Amino acid sequence: MSRIESTTFRDSLSVSITVGAYGTAFGAAAVANGFSLLQTCLLSLLTFSGASQFAVIGVLGAGGGALSGIATASLLGIRNGVYGVIMAPRLKVKGFKRIIAAQITIDESTAVALGQEVRGEKAMRQGFWLTGFGVFLFWNLFTLAGALGAQAMGDIRAWGLDSAVPAAFLGLVWPRLKTNRDRFLAVGCMVFALAMTPILPAGLPIIATAFIAVVVGLRK
Amino acid sequence: MNSFWIATIGTSVIAFALKYAGHNVPERIFAHPKVQSINALIPIALLSALIAVQTFTEKSQLMIDHRLAGVSAAVIALVLKAPFPVVVLSAALTSAAIYNWL
Repeated sequence: MSRIESTTFRDSLSVSITVGAYGTAFGAAAVANGFSLLQTCLLSLLTFSGASQFAVIGVLGAGGGALSGIATASLLGIRNGVYGVIMAPRLKVKGFKRIIAAQITIDESTAVALGQEVRGEKAMRQGFWLTGFGVFLFWNLFTLAGALGAQAMGDIRAWGLDSAVPAAFLGLVWPRLKTNRDRFLAVGCMVFALAMTPILPAGLPIIATAFIAVVVGLRK
Repeated sequence: MNSFWIATIGTSVIAFALKYAGHNVPERIFAHPKVQSINALIPIALLSALIAVQTFTEKSQLMIDHRLAGVSAAVIALVLKAPFPVVVLSAALTSAAIYNWL
């Protein structure tokens, strides 16, 4: 390992395997929510963004329409665009390489890259590419494994899969709740979504909470 | 083409478009603190709503069942600072136990 810093390599690999293994939960949940094996694998290959993937299968699984699912997933995907804004000046790639870089611009690749800041720009770039490719590889392999597993399971409730999905969302949102404003927003959106569920078509109560976030963000 | 295919392809196309657009816009667009603030709050709002809907509803009806036990186990795991896979697994095991034996 002469050209890649061993710390960067270690950071990238541990994140790749840990996060990738969680693809098992996605693969199983997607099949449990009515997506076919092919659709499940395509979501991991092409969408390649955990929160968005869970959102779209969650909305359709709850009976929501395709547009509600796409809208919710896309709102969650905006942050990948922001990561792109941060990473582009540091990666300095064009053409085909930029397309590849864009596809692997996710929470983990950006986080590991930013974590290498003290080791210089080269380490940041290595962290980004290694983590991006690593998560891509393991996330897709484990998605397939989870989807095949779920197909073999039968009644997914008997295996606790119907609780694994909200638990996964909880694990994603927990580290983001840093201030009291964040916590109030979280609880408020839960109450709002539940109150609206019997009234609005499935999926809309979830998307509508994005507007609450905008209002809270503008008020400061 | 059914709604699952439309959702799969639509989500994938927009997901990539958002990522690629980010690589092609100047950094100063996101410099405004309110834009950054909203960007941090939207995932909190959507994920919280998804947790509530996935835990407490069934076909647009409110419902309390084995899933509440599973998600409660996840909360305990998170309070105890358990790693991500443990959080998901504890929810699944608790939920399955209640579903199968109660």
